[in-house]
Amino acid sequence: MKLSDLHPEGTRETIGTVIFTAEDIIHFAEKFDPQPFHLDAELARQSLFGGLCASGWHTCAGWMKCFVPYWLGEIKRLAKEGVVAPKLGPSPGFRDMRWLRPVFAGDTITYFVTFVAAKDLESRPGWRINTIFCEGENQDGQPVIRFESKVIEFP
Amino acid sequence: MLHFEDFPAGRRFEFKPVEVKAEEVIAFASEFDPQPMHLSEDGGKASILGGLAASGWHTSAMMMRMLCDSYIREAASEGSPGVDSMEWKKAVLAGDTLSGNCTVVEARVSRSRPEIGIVRLRAVVNNQRGETVAICDYANMIRCQPAGETA
Repeated sequence: MKLSDLHPEGTRETIGTVIFTAEDIIHFAEKFDPQPFHLDAELARQSLFGGLCASGWHTCAGWMKCFVPYWLGEIKRLAKEGVVAPKLGPSPGFRDMRWLRPVFAGDTITYFVTFVAAKDLESRPGWRINTIFCEGENQDGQPVIRFESKVIEFP
Repeated sequence: MLHFEDFPAGRRFEFKPVEVKAEEVIAFASEFDPQPMHLSEDGGKASILGGLAASGWHTSAMMMRMLCDSYIREAASEGSPGVDSMEWKKAVLAGDTLSGNCTVVEARVSRSRPEIGIVRLRAVVNNQRGETVAICDYANMIRCQPAGETA
């Protein structure tokens, strides 16, 4: 089964939830994004963000943290129905990423994926490149992140 | 402290080389992207990536650290509204050494907030063989020089 058969164009799936604790935000930022507003609540209050908030890359990684178990669940769910799930390979990248609102310490982010389109790869028979739309919103239903990603699918 | 005025188009900042350690690839993947090619050498060899490979999100995060160390921590940075595009062009394998640079593409003062400049940059990450592994076009909000102060 192809990804495009599994999820008709425009179907939005909820893939999971991540709670961004102050501890996790600071831990990620110390390693990858040591800017004051990701490290220190007091300094963050003086920034444009107004409070301790997650690195945008941490918010992105949260999407992947949800997608991997979601997809494993889909593989199992389909297997029970006797359907072989498409094999998904590495992504060549993403575009139009917008960090729409800060993810503050204590926020709970729910992530979504929407299947957008698929294209056959002319160079490799049976391989396809899928375009997916990825989103996250906070506990108040406000969007915090969105981006368009590519996923390779192979036989 | 670097302000918006210090980011004319064409200005380039070099990244200090950073080694990609196997245990860090596995630690990142365990938390955020637990797929076989990011978790073990065998899993990587069995994939099209050819060896234990960093998650693209890990490569992005390592790029962010190189950006921080190359200019952001010295700049009056107020974060980023987003990334126009990120291309993961080649596998980043454990043991690789990443370097590269970022270059200012365009700089303009924000229309809604005249004290903030929006600087568009392109970051290029290369491995030890000089191959480009990632290209990222992104924006950075940087405070303008306060009035009355000279650079």
